Amino acid sequence: MAEIIQEDKHKGGKKKPKKHSNHIDMTPMVDLMCLLITFFMLTVAFSKPKVMDIILPEKIQKNEKVEPPKIADSRTLNIILGPDDIVYWYPGKADPAAPPPLQVTDFSDTGIRQVLYERNKALFDKIDEFQKKVLKGDIVIKSTEKVTQQDSIASIIKRIKKDDDTGPIVLIKAYKTSKYKNFVDIIDEMSIVGIARYIFTDISWVEEGMVTTALGGTPAPAPKPN
Amino acid sequence: MPKIKIQSRSPHVDMTPLVDLFSLLLTFFMLTATFRPMEPVPVDTPFSISEKPTPDANFMTVMLAPGTPGKVYFNFDNGPDTILHFRPKILEEMGKRYNIVFTAEELKKFEKLTESFGVSIQDMKKYLSISDVKERNKIETGIPTDSIDNQLALWVLFARQVNPAIQAMIKGDANVEYPLVKKVLDILQDKNVNKFSLITNLEKIEITEAKTQ
Repeated sequence: MAEIIQEDKHKGGKKKPKKHSNHIDMTPMVDLMCLLITFFMLTVAFSKPKVMDIILPEKIQKNEKVEPPKIADSRTLNIILGPDDIVYWYPGKADPAAPPPLQVTDFSDTGIRQVLYERNKALFDKIDEFQKKVLKGDIVIKSTEKVTQQDSIASIIKRIKKDDDTGPIVLIKAYKTSKYKNFVDIIDEMSIVGIARYIFTDISWVEEGMVTTALGGTPAPAPKPN
Repeated sequence: MPKIKIQSRSPHVDMTPLVDLFSLLLTFFMLTATFRPMEPVPVDTPFSISEKPTPDANFMTVMLAPGTPGKVYFNFDNGPDTILHFRPKILEEMGKRYNIVFTAEELKKFEKLTESFGVSIQDMKKYLSISDVKERNKIETGIPTDSIDNQLALWVLFARQVNPAIQAMIKGDANVEYPLVKKVLDILQDKNVNKFSLITNLEKIEITEAKTQ
């Protein structure tokens, strides 16, 4: 982009006054701008990473005695995150004497999502119906100064979830070789299917044994009761 | 026959429109630029459908790097306002606990860093004395999290003492094994942090009517 400047080498004679064009040479400026644009384009991070909030229940202090909440076995659904993106699930409670068979599934659309959806159909339909009504205009939600329309819809959905008493209570446990990705994926599934109640708990030795058996190993013997 | 005069023109191209366009682009990029903080290790965050953006201030990030055993890094911001100087304050508190006195220069240097750090407090002086990023990354062995010397718990504690509005974020690599995640969650919960934000990338999922019925 450099310019070639021809120098006239006149020896002697009259010096002609040089004709200056009224151009300003912008080449260096363009060079610099090119450089800066390239720099900014390469360093800029357009898509900000997103965050997903989870709230875990407070830990029980050592000397604190808390009654474990009573949950109906028929409503409980246990999900165990296994290695290699495998998801195991079983309903109800695991009896150490006769462990229930583990169902194997995965994180695809027809995998764990289908299982959760079938169990959560009533609630999901309720939310769906509500959203359809809002779209059609049967229910009119006006935005006020303090709350936007989107926020008030979200809070109504939250209330529908809270009032729900038929959907499953999902207990999520992770096997020792599962990955962080699975942990995020399963929370994601919960929000996709709209599960109102789910909790992360530690895997019990019975369940650990069940997964080890399913993976083809021999389960560790039961720990001695204290 | 008269000769056709060819006008001698200078080989100039009018660059004004080009410059106009470039300045426009440059202004756009400069104004929209949010810089990626340099991280000591590449971390591939998992995907989710969450659309909540990361906060600009008041956060502490626990970074879980892949590998066996996975390393833990920590980072926190300088507060919503630059006059608050939360970073040096937290480091000072941490130093007090371990009887390490940081000089004003070291505190200033620490304040300016934007990347996560993964050194024990004993190595912090050495870490701050190295100016080359690659050399610095070599001595990062992860923050001690074992029960004998749980420095991560203390960092969390002091970060919350200095900045009560701080939010905990976890930035984990997709391939980090669950026990490490569990350990970090336990440490945070021991310090009464029960709400976390997991940093993820946005995933596109189409939920069609047919699928859900």
